[in-house]
Amino acid sequence: MTKDTKSLPMSAQPYGLIATFTTTAEAMHAAEQVRDAGYKFWDVISPFPIHGMDRAMGIRRSKVPRASFLGGLAGLTTGMTLIWWSGAYNFPLIVGGKPYFSPMFAFPVSYELTILFTAFATVIGMFLFNKLPMHYHPVLKYEKFHRGTTDRFFVVIEARDPRFDAAATRALLTAVGGQEITELED
Amino acid sequence: MAHAEHTVVAPAILQEVRPATLPRPVLIANHRDFGWITDKICGIVEGKTPTWWWWCFGVACFVASFTVAGITYLVATGVGVWGHRSPVNWAWDIVNFVFWIGIGHAGTLISAILCLLRQKWRTSINRSAEAMTIFAVVCAGIFPMFHVGRVWYAWYLFPLPNSNGIWQNYRSPLEWDVFAVSTYGIVSVLFWYVGMLPDLATLRDRFGAAGNKLRSWLYGLFAMGWRGSNRHWSNYEMAYLILAGIATPLVLSVHTIVSYDFAVSLLPGWHTTIFPPYFVAGAIFSGFGMVLTLMLPLRAIYKLEDLITPYHIDCICKVTLTTGSMVGYAYAMEFFIAWYGANPYEGFTFINRAFGNYAWAYWIMVTCNVVTPQLFWFKKVRRNVALVWVLSIFVNVGMWFERFVIIVSSLSRDFLPSSWGYYSPSIVEIFTFFGTFGVFSVLFLLFIRFLPMMAMAELKAISPQADPHATEISHGT
Repeated sequence: MTKDTKSLPMSAQPYGLIATFTTTAEAMHAAEQVRDAGYKFWDVISPFPIHGMDRAMGIRRSKVPRASFLGGLAGLTTGMTLIWWSGAYNFPLIVGGKPYFSPMFAFPVSYELTILFTAFATVIGMFLFNKLPMHYHPVLKYEKFHRGTTDRFFVVIEARDPRFDAAATRALLTAVGGQEITELED
Repeated sequence: MAHAEHTVVAPAILQEVRPATLPRPVLIANHRDFGWITDKICGIVEGKTPTWWWWCFGVACFVASFTVAGITYLVATGVGVWGHRSPVNWAWDIVNFVFWIGIGHAGTLISAILCLLRQKWRTSINRSAEAMTIFAVVCAGIFPMFHVGRVWYAWYLFPLPNSNGIWQNYRSPLEWDVFAVSTYGIVSVLFWYVGMLPDLATLRDRFGAAGNKLRSWLYGLFAMGWRGSNRHWSNYEMAYLILAGIATPLVLSVHTIVSYDFAVSLLPGWHTTIFPPYFVAGAIFSGFGMVLTLMLPLRAIYKLEDLITPYHIDCICKVTLTTGSMVGYAYAMEFFIAWYGANPYEGFTFINRAFGNYAWAYWIMVTCNVVTPQLFWFKKVRRNVALVWVLSIFVNVGMWFERFVIIVSSLSRDFLPSSWGYYSPSIVEIFTFFGTFGVFSVLFLLFIRFLPMMAMAELKAISPQADPHATEISHGT
């Protein structure tokens, strides 16, 4: 249940405030100012990735590559170990007078497994770092949220931020050009 | 982190040199805004199922039933119902496998390699090209799976413990192929799905706003609660870049390994080092042919001219021309090496290829792959949509014949003249292959009906109004 809470104080602790912007540039400038105001728990919602928004928000480089690297390492190890274990240890069998194991002939399969495991680690890592899947989220309850995956930009400041103050934060969002500033129910 | 100033200051040198402002090609015509793109793409999914769709779907199901019939008969009787016999023990099955897997490669090229090369025109076609990849891999997989003979033992291809206690021979390129193709299929699905995540969220929210709870829930289930948060986009874009980065060596390795099936053998006409690059170029060539074959009718039916502009078609034609010329070069180089290598068997194989028992197939291949794509040198041809579509069919036909020529003509005339033979497909093989076009079409029709056909989020990101500095620059200078 969501309603316009501009005038009504909510009984429960609100999740935060959401403000709407219509252009990329407006959202970007708003983000820069919210960042400069020192907020930590806040977000920008956009229908597509905005070039330069990470810097405008002060987000550090993504950690997904670490997961990818570990995945790739695991894939290569799995490939080499599998081929050594099955061909040279568990059931040694001479094929064409070739050695039981050599990293040369084991390479193509290990290469493919490196890529396979990297891909899984990247996708799973992306979901974990993003704390997804999360089918329930206060922002999704905002009645005009559907514009956020279509053609509108939102700035959300969470109530748990130490600098959050219902009146001051609302004033900031108004000052940076936000429209339809609404309180989000938790 | 330092507070970066985002006001754009033009460097002083620009006042002196005054660089010419070259017009950038327009990727989204008629200044369409974000809302229009969303309505257009989602409208295809949300609207009523068109009558043509039901007709096409019916025909596609009927055609697909030929594969079912062919395979059922094969499984019930034995692999002898195919026309293979010594010396031609590999024929249409492997031809069709390589043909379909090659088609898939353009999808990955468009989504991965063009992403790394920052070719923005890829965004209009990458989603459907990736779908094409996955469905082509499905069709390709049918053939090697059933040509093992007793299909219920196909799981022996994978390193699963079995009662014989024996393991796979990892020295064999055929085993490499198993891993390459399965990895390719899985990574393509992951890449496709990750790319689709934001668009599934858009559909979820649109169905939700329209009050269709069931469909909103279904799309939402797969959208994983995506909410367009920039903290998510940051990880998402990194993940997408890494997937593109690993899909690139993957796609090159898959067709390299497919070519090893031949190149690692000792048969003249197969045993050549040129095969990996030659196969990869051929695969991309055939895939771009198929992209044109599929996208041009869709563009006309759904009136997507603003999103697939003549510039897009122009780019695809140029890639087709380039890869087609590479393939032509490889054909010439094979002949040169056969002569220069001074191996009489190799020399015979190539003379036989062009003038022997399968010369008809060879010249169809040369006409379709080397001669007709050269028409793409002319801008008038590239701008003539109907002609481009016809030429794309030539590419598809030519690339099927390329695999046929390589596989069958080399095998039918091997080292020992007493074992020479002539191969013709049996009706079962023809049925099975014909039906795969139905399988492909059924899957593709389901895709365009139920999933966003174009990457909306990516299209929005490349449109001019997505650039937060676009207005500032025009005002500032």
